[in-house]
Amino acid sequence: MFRRIVQLRNSFGNVISVCKSCPRDQYSRCLSKYSTASTERKRFYQDVSISQGDDGLYEINLDRRKLKTPGGKLFTVPNEALAIAVATEWDAQRETLKFYTMHLTTLCNTALDNPTQRSKEQMINSALKFLETDTICYRVDEPLGLVELQKNEWDPVLHWMENRYNVTIGSSSSILGPEIPQATKDTFQQHLSSYSLWSMTGLEFVITQLKSVLLSLAMVDRYLTVEQAVLLSRLEEEYQIGRWGNVEWAHDYDMYELRARTAAGALFIQLSSENLTVKRKIMQD
Amino acid sequence: MAGLASPLRVCRGILKELRAMQGPSYKQSLAYSYVMDQFRKNKVTGERYCRAQQEALHASHTYLCLLASTRNHQALHNLYHGKGERSPEEVASLVGLRLPTQPGGKGWEK
Repeated sequence: MFRRIVQLRNSFGNVISVCKSCPRDQYSRCLSKYSTASTERKRFYQDVSISQGDDGLYEINLDRRKLKTPGGKLFTVPNEALAIAVATEWDAQRETLKFYTMHLTTLCNTALDNPTQRSKEQMINSALKFLETDTICYRVDEPLGLVELQKNEWDPVLHWMENRYNVTIGSSSSILGPEIPQATKDTFQQHLSSYSLWSMTGLEFVITQLKSVLLSLAMVDRYLTVEQAVLLSRLEEEYQIGRWGNVEWAHDYDMYELRARTAAGALFIQLSSENLTVKRKIMQD
Repeated sequence: MAGLASPLRVCRGILKELRAMQGPSYKQSLAYSYVMDQFRKNKVTGERYCRAQQEALHASHTYLCLLASTRNHQALHNLYHGKGERSPEEVASLVGLRLPTQPGGKGWEK
């Protein structure tokens, strides 16, 4: 219900900082790669490659120049898979650079620059705010077809999440939303603080896109695929599409955009917390 | 929830996307070698439910979704939203009129 209030229609996705001219130093002529919306940047490089610096972090090279963030910092990622994915994004650009398709690059830039200077606690708090009006807890009373659909599709995820985290989350159809007990919020807060700053950036992004903490966590825990999570998030829309028909230039467009952003966020989280999963496996053995 | 697609389908899907993105030389790209490497590494496992294998499969599924949806999104964008505004000449010709021409140019031009 509160889904469409925040629509990130900015043509450069999440790049919050407006890049003024990059600081010019003698070693690398850094161009203003992320110029304003009016001018289009042409593709100015032939090859994209990655290299590993001395500290083990990976960098992206466009021809021979190193990629920089809009804030002027050197663009570094902690692991090779993410670097390759970002390089592929840059390589996929033809003729002009379309930043709104480069979701992973945007996420890395936000994590590296942190232009609004947000701490991890602030991110966790704003993410948990979505819990009170979580999509899968917020039910309708009518039409009956939609009530049935919500019960059949959303309840299993709800129960799985409740079992997984040992919490109680109800669903309600009142306008105030469900009452979430404080213990539940504390459990989630504790769980979220185990993520690194990078993973938290990605997770907050996904939660904002899907408008649901529970769906995002279920997807990160690999219970749902990206397509399933997007479908569940857009359940009401899909129901209406089934009744009234699909409009390609609006519905499909939104769906693919949501899928792309959610997939990028999910991949970002998984690749940023690779070390975390290795630890868990050793402990389980 | 429903099980994920088989690794073969996901692998083929990713390769198709890479080929659509980069043209015939996609086999030399970084992404191709990394993806094939990961698929080969995770193919054989001793346990019946290998956690690393499931995680890799989920990650590859996510990447396939990312590639496919960015391509579709861009295609739809170009198809429906890419044209921009019409010029004044085109607007006039929509109703069958032409813009007036003034031989010496308008006063404030030049």
